[in-house]
Amino acid sequence: MTDTRPFETQSAETQPAEARPVETQVFEYTPGAPTELELDADDPLHGEILKLNMGPQHPATHGVLRLKIELDGETIRDCYPDVGYLHRGKEKTCESLGWRKFFPHTDRMDYVQPLMNNCAYAMALENLAGVEVPGRAQELRVLLMELSRIMAHLIYLGTTAIDLGAVTMFFFTFTEREKIYTLLDAYTGHRMNNTYVRLGGVYADVDEDVAREIRAWIDTFPAKIDEFEQMLTGNRIWYDRNKDVGILTTEECQAWSLTGPILRASGSEWDQRKALPYSGYEEYEFDVPVGTIGDSYDRYLVRIEEMRQSVNICRQALDRLGKSRGGDYLLEDRRYVLPPKQRVHESMEELIFQFKVVTDMRLPKGEAYTGIESSKGELGFFVASDGTSEPLRCHVRAPGLMNVQVIPLLAKGRLLSDMMAIIGSLDFVMGEVDR
Amino acid sequence: MSDAQAQLLVMFIKAAAIYGGLLGCAALMTLAERKFSAWMQYRIGPNRVGPWGLLQPLADGVKFIFKEEVTPDGASPWIFRLAPLMAAVPAMLTVAVVPIGGEFQLFGVTTQLSITNLDIGALYVLAIGGLGVYGVILGGWASNSKYSLLGGLRASAQMISYELALILGILSIVAISGSLDLLQIVEGQKGTFLGFLPDWNLFKQPLAFVLFVVATFAETNRHPFDFAECEPELVGGFHTEYSSMKFALFFLGEYCAMIVMACLTVTLFLGGHAVPYWADAPWWIEAGAFSAKAGFFLFLFIWVRWTLPRFRFDQLMHLGWKVFLPLSLFNLFVTGAVISL
Repeated sequence: MTDTRPFETQSAETQPAEARPVETQVFEYTPGAPTELELDADDPLHGEILKLNMGPQHPATHGVLRLKIELDGETIRDCYPDVGYLHRGKEKTCESLGWRKFFPHTDRMDYVQPLMNNCAYAMALENLAGVEVPGRAQELRVLLMELSRIMAHLIYLGTTAIDLGAVTMFFFTFTEREKIYTLLDAYTGHRMNNTYVRLGGVYADVDEDVAREIRAWIDTFPAKIDEFEQMLTGNRIWYDRNKDVGILTTEECQAWSLTGPILRASGSEWDQRKALPYSGYEEYEFDVPVGTIGDSYDRYLVRIEEMRQSVNICRQALDRLGKSRGGDYLLEDRRYVLPPKQRVHESMEELIFQFKVVTDMRLPKGEAYTGIESSKGELGFFVASDGTSEPLRCHVRAPGLMNVQVIPLLAKGRLLSDMMAIIGSLDFVMGEVDR
Repeated sequence: MSDAQAQLLVMFIKAAAIYGGLLGCAALMTLAERKFSAWMQYRIGPNRVGPWGLLQPLADGVKFIFKEEVTPDGASPWIFRLAPLMAAVPAMLTVAVVPIGGEFQLFGVTTQLSITNLDIGALYVLAIGGLGVYGVILGGWASNSKYSLLGGLRASAQMISYELALILGILSIVAISGSLDLLQIVEGQKGTFLGFLPDWNLFKQPLAFVLFVVATFAETNRHPFDFAECEPELVGGFHTEYSSMKFALFFLGEYCAMIVMACLTVTLFLGGHAVPYWADAPWWIEAGAFSAKAGFFLFLFIWVRWTLPRFRFDQLMHLGWKVFLPLSLFNLFVTGAVISL
């Protein structure tokens, strides 16, 4: 298509040159290749392969992932992940709904961190529309995104622990998560599926009392992280279950387009927030934790440390919000943003603007991609518009899908029990994988 | 009432009391498990049925009875039905020889608080207790389910590796007390050790005690060694396909086995019903002391289950064969050397 706008991804010049090598590598894993056992069928001691269908309804597959596993005793000879059981056609739905009405659907993709999806989608639209979001809105988004990151990592920690047998951890993490839900309920009006972010900012400003409550919770949370670590980090069983399981080197991560904590656990320092800052992340002080060998245990440690860093960022965001009180939290751009309700009642023009935004909001012709650092990796939205109010295309680069792809590589030759550590540490949400 | 009649009557009363107690304890253990886990997890636990949820086990039992019994296609019909019994019965049988309290008078008959007193009690416990695993293996095999089969296979391998540590632990106790009779072993633990400690085998055989306690966790299929069911991997393991009362029997068997193992640990290592520093305590005090000690180990089962992650299967085998077996052999060797000197 011929577009008037250039392809607006975040520009390539800002990337460090060594951060994204394009070289690919050939790996041993080839799907469908005959396994060792099939090859020695003439051997009198030849055993049989047990074909196990794990999922889509299985307690440890984090939703509706189906894994076709070929077992030799307890050893996994081969594994085929089968996705699509939660496919709801979200991307296609966007085309018929229009840009604005798609916001609630982004909530339901990675449903453990709805606000992160909201923000990524809004940023992609802003990128396409070429509008700048007010500073206070960006601070509000940063706060929400970091709270979402903590929520998502708590889910990771709880579900992985329950898969590896530490049931109580699940309740510990969910107790904390419940507190965030309560805060978000007061903050955004919803516990889950917030739909709080809008093109051009956020739906409403944060109440001062709520900000105080968030700060109070944030002050208690680091002690809770220490508690989680006391339960698991030094625990010999936890260490043995996770150490050297599912090792991914930086090169492998890049070849399989894995990002986020999985990439950082392998030793790479790639973090979108540092490398390609968005929403003013360049003004926040935080560290990027990296692992050493990239096994499940490193991924666990990286995520634990990321929670601590998120707490730091939340604090800074709250400080900034305290200073920018009273500032704009939503863009004053009548092409894309609804006018305040009171003004609609008083002014004919505002009524027309509201009518136009609701029924016929047009984004400029062109396409744009924006990726943000979600809790699972680079969450990107690609949006293309032909200038009418109907979206031409909306594609989601869901990090979870890339994470699922790598399961066979990691599982092959490991024990069935290692599957739990691998699935858990890859940390995907099927709502996002299937969309 | 003749002497023989009185003895028979006493026998029946004791059997009824001890089995009633065992089954009652097993039912209460299900409640305790749920209550303790709830407290560890910021929850409340069952509190709707009866005061403080005390009638919850009863409600569960009624629910189990009314559940539909499902037998999977291709399941071996007889073995599938037999397996839950084979899992539950041996655990209940072993409790017969455990001395719970000292001597007392009933209808003019002097007796002690245990159903019977075999002079090879320790051997009997091992022989009958070891049968329990057949229920698990056969249940897993007969279900015609891949998850059940894996659970059954794991159970069999696990039992072999852990029974050795268990047996060698008992052997070292037998070596120092010179008897297979559990009552004799208890009698040998009365008095004091080094002047101030109670004369429990725990202080003479600390290594054997640790190995034995860990082995009981594996023997009863409890967390962190519950590979046979291992719900995140094998859905429900050997009892995936079981429903209704068949499932309840497996459940009952597991809890009875826990109680028996706790009783056995107390008998072998913690002086059984002997009350420390009170040699001639009345029988009901002794029974209370026994219950308190066994209660601690039952709590330990629950505590560990809701705290630790689960081992991996090969790590368990490694632990059993390469750590526990040499250690218990070493312990037995040292015990033998010390005794013969």
